[in-house]
Amino acid sequence: MSIFIIVLLTALVFIIIYQVGKASEHVSVLRGEDKLSYKTYNIIAWALVLVFVGGMYGLYICNEHFKDKMLPDAASVTGVNYDQMFKVTLITTGLVFFATQALLFWFAFRYKSTEGRKSFYFAHSNKLELLWTTVPAIAMAILVAFGLKNWAAQTSDAPADASVVEIVGKQFNWVVRYPGADNELGKRNYTLINEANNVLGLDWKDPHNMDDIISGTGELHVVVNKPVKLLINSRDVIHDVGLPHFRMKMDAVPGITTTIWFTPTITTDSMKAITKNPNFVYEISCDQMCGKGHYSMRGTVIVETPEQHKKWIESQKSYYVENHPETAPAAAPTAAPKADSVAKDKKVALK
Amino acid sequence: MNTELVVDTHVGHEHGHADHGEHHHEHHEPHFLWKYVFSMDHKMICKQFLVTGIIWAVIGALMSVFFRLQLGFPNSTFPVMEKFLGEWARGGKLSPEFYYALVTMHGTILVFFVLTAGLSGTFANLLIPFQIGARDMASPFMNMLSYWFFFVASVIMLVSLFIETGPASGGWTTYPPLSALKEASLGSGLGMDLWLLGMALFVVSSLLGGLNYISTILNMRTKGMTMTRLPLTVWALLFTAVLGVLSFPVLFSGVVLLIFDRNFGTSFYLSEIFIGGKALPNVGGSPILYQHLFWFLGHPEVYIIMLPGMGMASEVLSTHSRKPIFGYFAMIISMVGITLLAFLVWAHHMFVSGMSPFLGSIFVLLTLLIAVPSAVKVFNWLTTMWRGNLKLNPPMMFAIGFVSMFISGGLTGLFLGNSAIDIHLHDTYFVIAHFHIVMGVSAFFGMFAGIYHWFPKMYGRMMNNTLGYIHFAITFIGAYLIFWPMHYEGIAGMPRRYYDYSAWESFKQFGEINSFISVVVVIVFFGQLVFVVNFFASIFYGKKLTNPNPWGSTTLEWTTPIEPIHGNWPGEVPEVHRWPYDYKDDGNGGDFISQITPLKDGEESH
Repeated sequence: MSIFIIVLLTALVFIIIYQVGKASEHVSVLRGEDKLSYKTYNIIAWALVLVFVGGMYGLYICNEHFKDKMLPDAASVTGVNYDQMFKVTLITTGLVFFATQALLFWFAFRYKSTEGRKSFYFAHSNKLELLWTTVPAIAMAILVAFGLKNWAAQTSDAPADASVVEIVGKQFNWVVRYPGADNELGKRNYTLINEANNVLGLDWKDPHNMDDIISGTGELHVVVNKPVKLLINSRDVIHDVGLPHFRMKMDAVPGITTTIWFTPTITTDSMKAITKNPNFVYEISCDQMCGKGHYSMRGTVIVETPEQHKKWIESQKSYYVENHPETAPAAAPTAAPKADSVAKDKKVALK
Repeated sequence: MNTELVVDTHVGHEHGHADHGEHHHEHHEPHFLWKYVFSMDHKMICKQFLVTGIIWAVIGALMSVFFRLQLGFPNSTFPVMEKFLGEWARGGKLSPEFYYALVTMHGTILVFFVLTAGLSGTFANLLIPFQIGARDMASPFMNMLSYWFFFVASVIMLVSLFIETGPASGGWTTYPPLSALKEASLGSGLGMDLWLLGMALFVVSSLLGGLNYISTILNMRTKGMTMTRLPLTVWALLFTAVLGVLSFPVLFSGVVLLIFDRNFGTSFYLSEIFIGGKALPNVGGSPILYQHLFWFLGHPEVYIIMLPGMGMASEVLSTHSRKPIFGYFAMIISMVGITLLAFLVWAHHMFVSGMSPFLGSIFVLLTLLIAVPSAVKVFNWLTTMWRGNLKLNPPMMFAIGFVSMFISGGLTGLFLGNSAIDIHLHDTYFVIAHFHIVMGVSAFFGMFAGIYHWFPKMYGRMMNNTLGYIHFAITFIGAYLIFWPMHYEGIAGMPRRYYDYSAWESFKQFGEINSFISVVVVIVFFGQLVFVVNFFASIFYGKKLTNPNPWGSTTLEWTTPIEPIHGNWPGEVPEVHRWPYDYKDDGNGGDFISQITPLKDGEESH
């Protein structure tokens, strides 16, 4: 019943608006169309001025409100360069924005039709057209040059001393793997994946896997001022490692390993002080639509001092030991039982 | 004479032919079915596309209202949603699955069904034959098929909204593996199959239409209508059709391969996947292949949406400024540039997909190049208005709004096209703000400018001006209020396609502005209904046209009679003598010279 009344009321409002609109047509017939048109154009032209002035004021208010929120402090070396480039682009486009919008609204106001007004026949001018072909072209060239320089830095190979961490996306969380004491990540095979005790499909025949540490809660621990290289992969659909504070982003694609690297420059603790937010945490957001839990696929980056990091690493058990408490860490594992179940899975899937 | 044509397809044409002396045989009023439904007349097919497009636009917009309510008020319930969506919004709270389905269908509907079919289909059909001086399309039958394939595609898409597992929900780009695996999400079940089938049929429709538009423009121009005397609308529609014909087949191949991966065990896009508790046998495929195939259409698609708006804005700005379009040839050349570059920039959607960074840098260069022809167009539009005699009618308002939106949205493209900046902004609200302004709102403004401008041609009546102004004010101000703040959210890194941000330390600070945006969305939605009411009411009750050329326009469509007839011109199709923008003193106190007026002695052609 209430729905019916709402629909009825809405319809009524539209009918009233329509009737008011119609009334203006009758008025125009009575008063003479042309005269009334000039009057209307005048009102509209002033309204446009109002919209422009109000719009620019609104823009200023909006900017004041958000300027501290929009770009969080950059917490990586490339992030600082990023912010510079962003500002240069913002100023360039900002100037063009104000100039062209101002002209647009000014022309609409200034050249509104009035009685007896004649337009100026002006069909083309090579000089002008050349001007506004070359000036944007030069501006673009400069922006491209800046961009490619930064892009090369952002996507360059990681320095040799970078620590390597693997981050794997799955519906709907991040799994992070550290190389452990041997500083090397062991081999993985997706057919060995098992939710119970091998979430990444580590191949236990590879001894490098034995000391690898896995954080299933999506905690990425990194050392401040030390470059870190991420090996990114996905178990199921495409995800994306989004690191807003480090100005980095890369897709996690099943079947392909992608990489990014960055040097974090501010520890989580210092950032808490900088932002005056005791709950501050660097977040990893999944930036590629991955299913119904996409919005909750949250990881965290803990940037710590070397001492803190060492302490944390020492508190961790290797993934193998965690899942095979009965075996001694050094014992040789077997992967034999899993081969069967995989073969069975394959058959099922092929059907 | 054309009046001998057997099938007459237009409304209210009972008396028309009696006036012509040459007309001897008795006139048969065609059956309703042939006149309104399976019509082959370009003017009727135009209206079919337009009305279908409007219906889709209302559905698509209503979807955005629903998911904006969730985004703006994640902790509230809206019982009214349950009335519309049933189980998907139990207790008035949208489920995450259906949230994603709504987002996906909103994108699909608006991009393809409204701004491609609804926009190109309407205005290519209306304007190409009218403005080049043809009696109809090259193949009226293919033209009819084009609409009916679109109609069937529409029905399939609509049906997918009502099935148990819901419509496709992997985003309008439907990247596999998410869209390829039924285990990955509810919407990747039957809904996805229907989506793919619908899109395949849509491509067929688009090709039938596009080939027809191209051959009509190239072959059926009236005497004297050289290519350089074509109005810019026709040029724009020609390039739109070329883009569609060359790129839609690539989407089709991508869709077909996805159908194979989903149903026949192939591995084009799948490799090393563990899902639903088991490892899949597929190896060797690449999900990135799909992205290349998709965006090879997906990017030209942006210009398929933009170009008709550009053409119509040019036409409307010139007519209502009572001044020739500035730099006619520069406008054509810039459209050529945009069309060529449109094919060479697709991978800028994939800077962070894992594609080679070197390849990325080439696409940066090509992408920013597109800014040059775009800038030329903007400055030419501004110069067209300069020292004009601006009739600030509703179509003109929307054309001005178009330019404003195109500037705002185009400039943010310089951020996203530059991979070094995109690496942070990719898939954030900045992207949402950018493409909604530049190809959503601005394309809609182009479309509205076209509808208000050519409505008298379509229906022989005027739309109501007051309602037009109200519609413009709500839409223009509302669009900026909705999308401007989104830039800030995006710059902060807030990802798109999230159902709820309240658990995120970095993004929950935007809760208030999200609520604000959602409130504006509801208002703007009702604002669009003002247009819908105006449109449909004006068809029946609008002020009747007395002057066949109400805007004082130079182009050919306004030389046809008010009551549209089959074959468009009662006598010979008029010969064209001059370019379409002779807005100057005609020597008799008028301020324009129609294209069919012969050159005066000593007068030089443009």
